Amino acid sequence: MIEGAIWRRWVFFYIPLALFLIFLLFPFYWMLITTFRPDGELYRPWRAANYTPFWTWNPTLDHIKYLFRETMFATWLWNTMFIATASTIISLICGVLAGYALARLNFPFAGSLGTGIFITYLVPQTLLFIPLSEIIRNYKLGDTPWSLILTYPTFLIPFCTWLMMGYFKAVPKELEECARIDGASRWQAMLYIIIPVAIPGILSAGIFAFTLSWNEFIYALVFLSSPEQKTVPVGVVSELIRGDVFFWGPLMAGALLGSIPVAIAYSFFVEHYVSGLTGSVKG
Amino acid sequence: MATVSIRGVHKRYDDFHAVKGVSLEIKDKEFVVLVGPSGCGKTTTLRMVAGLETITEGTILIGDTVVNELPPMDRDIAMVFQNYALYPHMSVYDNMAFGLKMRKFDKAEIKRRVSEAADILGIKDHLHRKPRQLSGGQRQRVALGRAIVRNPQVFLFDEPLSNLDAKLRVQMRVELKKLHQRLGTTAVYVTHDQVEAMTLGDRVVVMKDGLIQQVGEPLELYNHPANKYVGGFIGSPAMNFADVTIAQNGSGLVASNSAMNIGVPEHLAAPLGPHVGRPATFGIRPEDLRLADGSEPAHHTFEAVVEVAEQLGSEILLDVSCGPSSMVASVDPTVRVKPGEKIRLAFNPHRAHFFDGKTEMAVRG
Ligand SMILES: Nc1ncnc2c1ncn2[C@@H]1O[C@H](COP(=O)(O)OP(=O)(O)OP(=O)(O)O)[C@@H](O)[C@H]1O
Ligand SMILES: [Mg+2]
Repeated sequence: MIEGAIWRRWVFFYIPLALFLIFLLFPFYWMLITTFRPDGELYRPWRAANYTPFWTWNPTLDHIKYLFRETMFATWLWNTMFIATASTIISLICGVLAGYALARLNFPFAGSLGTGIFITYLVPQTLLFIPLSEIIRNYKLGDTPWSLILTYPTFLIPFCTWLMMGYFKAVPKELEECARIDGASRWQAMLYIIIPVAIPGILSAGIFAFTLSWNEFIYALVFLSSPEQKTVPVGVVSELIRGDVFFWGPLMAGALLGSIPVAIAYSFFVEHYVSGLTGSVKG
Repeated sequence: MATVSIRGVHKRYDDFHAVKGVSLEIKDKEFVVLVGPSGCGKTTTLRMVAGLETITEGTILIGDTVVNELPPMDRDIAMVFQNYALYPHMSVYDNMAFGLKMRKFDKAEIKRRVSEAADILGIKDHLHRKPRQLSGGQRQRVALGRAIVRNPQVFLFDEPLSNLDAKLRVQMRVELKKLHQRLGTTAVYVTHDQVEAMTLGDRVVVMKDGLIQQVGEPLELYNHPANKYVGGFIGSPAMNFADVTIAQNGSGLVASNSAMNIGVPEHLAAPLGPHVGRPATFGIRPEDLRLADGSEPAHHTFEAVVEVAEQLGSEILLDVSCGPSSMVASVDPTVRVKPGEKIRLAFNPHRAHFFDGKTEMAVRG
């Protein structure tokens, strides 16, 4: 907290904080207000006398209804959920095991392998999708959820591995050594001691992985083509922007509904998630 | 219960030779303390006994079994770590029961052993708590409890008391001693605190730079240090040293430097004979110095200047300078001296030590 006169607290704390919050939250507010604004108001010219960009007097559910009746939004939601969950689970399992191995097993080149894995995370998706689409075509996975469930781990596993490696390194080595002396095998020590202690880290990796795959756009755009296979980000953009016509109402409704599951996931785990990032393990 | 034999053990890390040929025979039921300065290889030695560190060279036996290749779980040992290493997600009960569960003891037996250990250690009321809800001393007890429930052949302790405050440390030290007397399990204890080493150990092993300097019972180390290092390490306040040269003087020997000229005690005259004309180090403990009162022969006294007098109630510690060397003398609390005052100190000739100037080995009578 900032010490001293009240004006200092305002100038150095409250006002910057408020500006920051407005900057961060305004897009969400805009999304919300557009979702419930009737079309008549949406397309009103900004010079009109009754132009009210920041609020509406006639909220409507039309756009949400449109979304569910005229597009396959429910299917997209389900697809996204399934793909994100499956690829998160795969990546978490691989990431936890690999992170543990890199942090704890002293094998040759462990350090450079760790760096190598991190570098693969840095390869831009905009390049990687070219060879990947070749692979997807060869295995005839195009236009199925598996094309994404199997490609998302290409960036999720490095991410989870790196995060878990850092977390495992912060867990005191003695815990595991003590378990080994107590009679646990390496597997048992990992299963009964290290993983339970690392739960906050695993949860944060999981939430991040889930969010990354939920929001992923490029692979989903390239590998999926039929409307009933699409995910929310691709479906909303490709079905609600026709040529240069933007269906702003349903677009924003789709964006709003699409971000709700992620928001729920965050708020549900937020406590674990924060302690996961600060890595607080007490001996 | 078992013996532990460490025979010619070396440990090399990539570019660092941490343990350079340590040999030690630990008897059944013995409490052996490894003591030495930071980085001397105590922990490394202990971890090799535990099986947490591979042995570069040499052999370690527990009982009659060579354990070099045995994983920690098969060595039947228990270890208490400096940071306790309690499993943070488990209750105290589960912490203590974990080792027994892993070894497939049946439920009733686990319960019996855990409550027995909890009884001994006085943590019966905390069995359902998590480690983070315990005080440092209680955590320490849980860590001990986890070690004793398994009734292992050997206990290994790595500075178990160093995270406790001074008062609790003394208290736990006594409890550890009692525990050992009661259980009689062979124990190897690592510490850098020489008081802990002296009070706990049946035998004390002083290490430095990966080498054993001396092994012996606490009093033996105190009275007959094998070299200058052990002399200075054991005892508090530490032994005083003065660099001197040995010279012949009639039938006897004298040790002298710019500020003192003392007679070599008779029992050391013969062994110091070959050192005539060479440098040596004279060592004397603060408690073997007192103010000269004229009753002692003049060649067992020397002059010094008081710098600081520390009144401790039971004694006064005089920090004095004697030519190039500064010394500490523990004198009677009724003595009145002022800083800057010139005094004459007498040393107890039977408790004087001489060390070779080059090898620093003790010259023994
Ligand atoms: N994994 C390692 N790799 C390289 N050097 C190491 C490793 N572990 C320990 N050392 C070195 O070996 C030496 C002995 O270490 P050790 O932990 O046995 O010291 P110690 O006597 O227990 O000291 P302390 O009282 O500080 O615990 C130290 O100089 C240390 O730097
Ligand atoms: Mg150590």
